[in-house]
Amino acid sequence: MSLDTVKNAEQTPDAGQPWAELGLKEDEYARIREILGRRPTGAELAMYSVMWSEHCSYKSSKVHLKQFGEKAPENDAMLVGIGENAGVVDVGQGYAVTFKVESHNHPSYIEPYQGAATGIGGIVRDILAMGARPVAVMDPLRFGAADHPDTRRVLPGIVAGIGGYGNCLGLPNIGGEVVFDSCYQGNPLVNALCVGVMKHEDIHLAQASGPGNKVILYGARTGGDGIGGVSVLASETFDATGPAKRPAVQVGDPFQEKLLIECTLEIFKEDLVAGIQDLGGAGLSCATSELASAGTGGMRIELDTVPLRDHTLSPEEILMSESQERMCAIVEPGKVDRFLEICEKWDVIATVIGEVTDGERLEIFWHGELVVDVPPRTVAHEGPTYHRPFARPSWQDALQADAPTASRLARPANGAELKDALLKVAGSPNQASKAWITDQYDRYVLGNTVLATPEDSGMIRIDEETNLGVSVATDGNGRYTKLDPYAGAQLALAEAYRNVAAGGAKPLAVSDCLNFGSPEDPDVMWQFAEATRGLADACQVLGTPVTGGNVSLYNQTGDVAIHPTPVVAVLGVIDDVTRRTPVGFAEEGQLLYLLGDTADELGGSAWSQVVHGHLGGLPPKVDLERERLLGEILIAASRDGMVDAAHDLSDGGLAQALVESCLKGGKGARVVVPEGTDPFVFLFSESAGRAVVAVPRSEELRFNDMCGARGLPAARIGVVDGEALEVQGQFTVTLAELRDAHTGVIEALLA
Amino acid sequence: MTTRVGVVTFPGSLDDRDAQRAVRLAGAEPVALWHRDKDLHQVDAVVLPGGFSYGDYLRCGAISRFSPVMDTVIEQAKLGMPVLGICNGFQVLCESHLLPGALTRNDSLHFICRDQKLRIENAGTAWTRDYSAGQEIVVPLKNGEGRFVADERVLDELEAEGRVVARYLDVNPNGSYRDIAGITNAAGNVVGLMPHPEHAVEPLTGPTTEGLGFFTSVLKQLVNA
Repeated sequence: MSLDTVKNAEQTPDAGQPWAELGLKEDEYARIREILGRRPTGAELAMYSVMWSEHCSYKSSKVHLKQFGEKAPENDAMLVGIGENAGVVDVGQGYAVTFKVESHNHPSYIEPYQGAATGIGGIVRDILAMGARPVAVMDPLRFGAADHPDTRRVLPGIVAGIGGYGNCLGLPNIGGEVVFDSCYQGNPLVNALCVGVMKHEDIHLAQASGPGNKVILYGARTGGDGIGGVSVLASETFDATGPAKRPAVQVGDPFQEKLLIECTLEIFKEDLVAGIQDLGGAGLSCATSELASAGTGGMRIELDTVPLRDHTLSPEEILMSESQERMCAIVEPGKVDRFLEICEKWDVIATVIGEVTDGERLEIFWHGELVVDVPPRTVAHEGPTYHRPFARPSWQDALQADAPTASRLARPANGAELKDALLKVAGSPNQASKAWITDQYDRYVLGNTVLATPEDSGMIRIDEETNLGVSVATDGNGRYTKLDPYAGAQLALAEAYRNVAAGGAKPLAVSDCLNFGSPEDPDVMWQFAEATRGLADACQVLGTPVTGGNVSLYNQTGDVAIHPTPVVAVLGVIDDVTRRTPVGFAEEGQLLYLLGDTADELGGSAWSQVVHGHLGGLPPKVDLERERLLGEILIAASRDGMVDAAHDLSDGGLAQALVESCLKGGKGARVVVPEGTDPFVFLFSESAGRAVVAVPRSEELRFNDMCGARGLPAARIGVVDGEALEVQGQFTVTLAELRDAHTGVIEALLA
Repeated sequence: MTTRVGVVTFPGSLDDRDAQRAVRLAGAEPVALWHRDKDLHQVDAVVLPGGFSYGDYLRCGAISRFSPVMDTVIEQAKLGMPVLGICNGFQVLCESHLLPGALTRNDSLHFICRDQKLRIENAGTAWTRDYSAGQEIVVPLKNGEGRFVADERVLDELEAEGRVVARYLDVNPNGSYRDIAGITNAAGNVVGLMPHPEHAVEPLTGPTTEGLGFFTSVLKQLVNA
């Protein structure tokens, strides 16, 4: 096996290289040659190809993503913004919180269990690398049709993978989403979110500065998993007789990750690192080039010192390996011994693999021979930028014109038909209870979970003395976004914002995971451009900056893309978690108020999907000022004890919210349709900016005064009462009937 | 003098901080014990917490059972020191042969997390004195391998000697033989429990506070001893 050294590359300028198989375009390969002034070595080619991939370089999306920075609202709470492993937000009392949502879509379709498991592992290491203790995870998931046979293969594996990894890691899973739609049949979306907490002084950044400082690789040994496309290079250029294709999907070891967390936190506590980076996509290539690029530039690595699981690995493969549960730290020479000692305590393998130099090149040696010699910025931060063409799809107007009017879609005409529709929606896979899934996740571990699924948001106490806490909600409606990508992205933000406020927390910041089809399709690129513009504009109005996130493109099968699915996570802070507001109606006699305005808005609604299998028209109107006002009222009411339950209105409208709040609290409700309102619109419209709250009678006056003074429409629509949900003059449905319809649906289809 | 209750951290222990919190809320002083350290640091009782020690690789609890700290725990348990094993800790106690039987994969083959109703069958152990026999409580349950199994002779013996400490009510979540959720040794100082009382000690974060009794019980036991 011949080694392609820098010297060799200089001497053989015309040797053929598999740049196309590695996914590089001809002009990209030419640019690499231009940067280096020679052909790249095999190892360099591997590094550039993976770091310049869509996944690592954001080459198609970055021209749009920069709006998140340009339009970022003034926000004193931001401590670290976009560009680091994750953003960091000040939540008061000296605490900082970091959170981020990421995708692991493609691996999870190929190998559901490991794909989903390593998705959790990756996002947790991102959070850890910021200096934070990870305290909770969440999983926004999208699957194909619930009754499709392949969903039975994909969903149980993904759920078991999330549970298997997260439970063993000891992080409570406090929320997320599960949505079924045939558009995700060949492209399930597995997004994973992690929240971490630290003190301000513990924030760490990914940079390698200080010549002479040591580069330490610690955690799992490096193996042949997750090498993906780079195996092309290994097999074609070097050793045609060796093991051919290596597995592209990584294999996770949550036990190793748990040790890595505890070990790293102890290392932080003793202030032993100058810079730190987790190893995720693109493995060592990414970690070394990013650390060097963000630092002073120079780094020297002895690649043959990397501990291996498989001794036949080539230098290219070691650089590319995405073996999980590894971290890379920059440590001052005087602190190396103590660093290694702590790793030994936790049975974590740690090896000095190189050092920061005073040069400006990343130099990688293999048994004394130079195989990589590059300016690290050109690998990590100066990848290609595409201005992909985009255009409003030809079919968009027709889709929007197909509105679900009463003449287009038959609506329930009487009480019996309304009841039937309510049960159908409540028992449809998207609206049914997800307990079968979420009961496979530990929501109790760490002992600080204040709210978890099926509450509107997940809430975690971060200080046991002061009761300071944070909450997170994730939302994203692909149907709305298909109808209008600009509005759809804003509605995703609005819903997550509302969910956080409904629990009593003040929304502070945003992380997003943008799941779309192929950027090479101008229709998809238009959806992406519109959605990012919409989200950036809405973040500006709501004062919640995007702190980081992830883009997942190429989610399509053949020519057919998924619904554009921006998943938006909102982080909120609550000064006293004992004031939180749950969704369940638990006290008989409390008064139900509907907050906000209800219009005839059924485009993209759950009702239109469940009853008519229809998607057309426009999504609900966005009114961000209203969302902000509603949020302020919900937060104030929670803080001052004016409401005992609150539930945001979204998919399935008021009907679905009442079903969920009744079942969660175990109490029925008597509801009156306000005069002049169409009962069907009242129950099933999905107008945004609304919530239903339960107000103790003693607080009614105060609550009404507050809403009146602030100009928020608040209509008294009923009372918590009895063992049934009664819509007066229309129908009565017992809690037992509701429970029958709402529970057991998912397991019947998928268990 | 404050009662000192040790909580062992094995590699992969997850509910160790939760157990420490429960000990503190019960009024005792929690003492962190490390798996490699044989010394129990003058504790009066020991909790083996939940989690996935050593990743549950090989067999749940099978590797932890051989850690240095367990040599001392086993020795002291035989001399009467109160020891509570929760979930993974229960598995470690079975692997150590301080308790009979074994915990196997749930019959559903899924990890399950739910609020579980239990009946306290034996209120005479070091860890259940603050309950009354027949008392019903709700505490979280979360496990993938929580199905208690033993042969008929052992099961009959446990029943006859009143060594079933708690039983699942309403739902048997994992297929445990005879609905057994927890057992004790003959002396009543060693208790293994699959559900998690340490997650039911505060109204804010637990379904109830009915788990606190396990931790207050041991205090009373030690003060009266």
